Amino acid sequence: MSLNLTHLQQLEAESIHIIREVVAEFGNPVMLYSIGKDSAVMLHLARKAFYPAPPPFPLLHVDTTWKFREMIEFRDKMAAECGLDLIVHVNEEGVRQGISPFTHGSSLYTDIMKTEGLKQALDRYKFDAAFGGARRDEEKSRAKERIFSFRSANHRWDPKIQRPELWNLYNTRIKPGESIRVFPISNWTELDVWQYIHLENIPIVPLYYAAVRPVVERDGMLIMVDDDRLELKPGETVQYKSVRFRTLGCYPLTAAVESKATTLPQIIQEMLLTRTSERQGRLIDHDSAGSMEKKKQEGYF
Amino acid sequence: MAHQSELIEKDILAYLKSHEEKSLLRFITCGSVDDGKSTLIGRLLWDSKMVFEDQLASLEADSKKVGTQGGAIDYALLLDGLQAEREQGITIDVAYRYFSTERRKFIVADTPGHEQYTRNMVTGASTAQVAIILVDARKGLLTQTRRHSYLVSLVGIRHIVLAVNKMDLIDFDQQRFEAIRRDYEQFAATLGFGDITAIPLSALGGDNMIEPSANTPWYHGPALMNYLENVRIEGEDREKPFRMPVQWVNRPHLDFRGFCGTIASGVIRPGDELLVASSGRTSRVTRIVTMNGDLKEAVAGQSVTLTLADEVDISRGDMLSAIDAPPIHSRHPEAHLVWLHDEPLQPGQIYLVKTATAVTPGRVTAVQYAVDVNTLEQKKVSTLGLNEIGVASLELDRPISFDPYRQNRQTGSFILIDRFTNATVAAGMVITAAPLEPQGAQTQRLCTELSGAIRRVSLSEAAVSGTGVSVVDLSGEGGGIEFDVSASFLDYLGKGNRVLFRLRGLDQLEAVALIAYEHTLSFEFDRTAEGVSILIFKRGIRSGKRVSDDDGTGI
Repeated sequence: MSLNLTHLQQLEAESIHIIREVVAEFGNPVMLYSIGKDSAVMLHLARKAFYPAPPPFPLLHVDTTWKFREMIEFRDKMAAECGLDLIVHVNEEGVRQGISPFTHGSSLYTDIMKTEGLKQALDRYKFDAAFGGARRDEEKSRAKERIFSFRSANHRWDPKIQRPELWNLYNTRIKPGESIRVFPISNWTELDVWQYIHLENIPIVPLYYAAVRPVVERDGMLIMVDDDRLELKPGETVQYKSVRFRTLGCYPLTAAVESKATTLPQIIQEMLLTRTSERQGRLIDHDSAGSMEKKKQEGYF
Repeated sequence: MAHQSELIEKDILAYLKSHEEKSLLRFITCGSVDDGKSTLIGRLLWDSKMVFEDQLASLEADSKKVGTQGGAIDYALLLDGLQAEREQGITIDVAYRYFSTERRKFIVADTPGHEQYTRNMVTGASTAQVAIILVDARKGLLTQTRRHSYLVSLVGIRHIVLAVNKMDLIDFDQQRFEAIRRDYEQFAATLGFGDITAIPLSALGGDNMIEPSANTPWYHGPALMNYLENVRIEGEDREKPFRMPVQWVNRPHLDFRGFCGTIASGVIRPGDELLVASSGRTSRVTRIVTMNGDLKEAVAGQSVTLTLADEVDISRGDMLSAIDAPPIHSRHPEAHLVWLHDEPLQPGQIYLVKTATAVTPGRVTAVQYAVDVNTLEQKKVSTLGLNEIGVASLELDRPISFDPYRQNRQTGSFILIDRFTNATVAAGMVITAAPLEPQGAQTQRLCTELSGAIRRVSLSEAAVSGTGVSVVDLSGEGGGIEFDVSASFLDYLGKGNRVLFRLRGLDQLEAVALIAYEHTLSFEFDRTAEGVSILIFKRGIRSGKRVSDDDGTGI
């Protein structure tokens, strides 16, 4: 027997198993599609799980209205290519109140536009299971997150009532109104994700590649001027620099890194040689110690 | 790792190519913080460069704020995550950590020692292939060493590292190391491990962690990392008979019917004959379908879609197997149960039993015995509480395909789910299957007397015995029943025991309900393949002994 499974083949098989299990046991699953590289891998795995059929669930994007324009273009293109229904949900109440990351601070903004928006969408469509692309290696509080993460009827995550996960036997039982967030790529690392994208030729948003883009330096971070809603503070000037993004979110909250990496191998090379973790580019994690965990308890991914 | 950085810088494509060939190893570390477990994992992460600078900065800050090392770097914090737990200074769960070298990617299940130890360790170990058992060189084998080893053997881990840590504190004394190794091998002889590798270590000083240490010239075995990179785990599952539990039937259109699942063991190729254990039907594999093209061969661990030559009725919950080595198909498995929940096992009560793909209602009819995890002694019990392990007989509503856990970890495992709270309450590992009635449940010969159309059944001391649950089987005959209830029968129920009545038809229900009514008992009703079953019990009395949260480890 010559064929030994590689680590990526094993991770792939585990993820496909999880995705199929959800479809077999839940009535109304949805895939949360954040348009980033992790979502790209998760979507690819879902297509593999059900090939030659398309994945039997829709994609849901919670749009904060502050995503990079290139992300939105990419999102629409991918959904069409995969033959999947795309549900785009915006927290209209937040929009009416004029919630913006600039005037309300990243914490309140994220809470209203992302967390509240997500809950609204899950409630409106009555999804009982939602796939998310989170990985355990991203952040310390996620190292212990289950693959099937139980949420109460008001979407709260309570560490005390999470279920032990043994072997690949997942307890999918819920009561009406309760739901489960499922993380099929829990056991992947950032390097695994990039290697898999490389190996499988998975399309990703061009913002991951370096290009000359307009940026301003703010609090030591490079913020891209993606549209005219970004108002310059005194002393700030728009500079053109060769930059790329290690992680994608709302453009005012996502820092760019200076880079010349224009190919996938170069991106991976850069990632391997760097000594800072990818979430450093996300402003919301810096708010307070354990901040990600508080958000999770409130219903954020 | 230095030459790796060089390769990354000079030839990233060559680096990527070499890393595509990596394999995956899942292991668990067993020990308490005192054994230097967190230091050991922290070092493995650090030496494989999995700690980033910003994480290190926050680690330094956290160490000052909540560390237990007097402000110095507290590696335990690298492995701690949940804020609430951190503030209480305890960890209540399993954390998964990742690192990789040129040869392998590693997933570490870290289960810190505290009162939920058994539950968490079994959870973490259930997916592990290797266990590192930590021993403090100054202390040698402790009760916890035996407990860890038993649990690891129970969940079927075959490769053991006996990590004799803190060798620096005993001056790298070879005699002491050899004595610990001998003690352990003697103790573990009955646990059925495949191999045991003892390594003299100092996690803090780095001795024999990555490189062989100059402090132990007398040791000629591998350094820990070297062992982890080379231990042979591949192929173990594929040498067993083919098993694929069907997870999903893929039917996009009339011309395609694919059976999706993860291959639990064995190898499959187009042309191979398969058996459906539940129906006894056979067919031939025509294609192994994937999005990257059809495969010529698929092996244990792969998630695939198979198409078959014949129109065979197969659905989720069925198991496809090799025709010459079918799985057990039975309603009456006997299994090791590890109780995971605060609420103790209620013998006789219906739980949901989830196996590789099937979910079916079932009940525990008897607990044969419990195992004391510290002494490995068997003790007679009537139920199991949190963190207790025992051997139990189950009765499922319908037969399920499975294998003994010793032969197949994927198809021999199950979980029990409470159908009211939906909590996962137990982990099960099949030992064997009783082909007929479960021997554990006490089915008593009944004293019956026919008077006219009514059968009089005497429920005396002889009708019930043992502890836990007794079965009164009246499913053999239909027709009216009347019971004569004795004081000893009621006394039996009053002690928290339960009685399961098996009846042929609904018309027999009233007689049982009448007992409950007259003696203020509660009952639970279920429809079964043969008729109906009713479990009667005294509410408010917990069967068996009281269970405390403490598993007696004191750590």
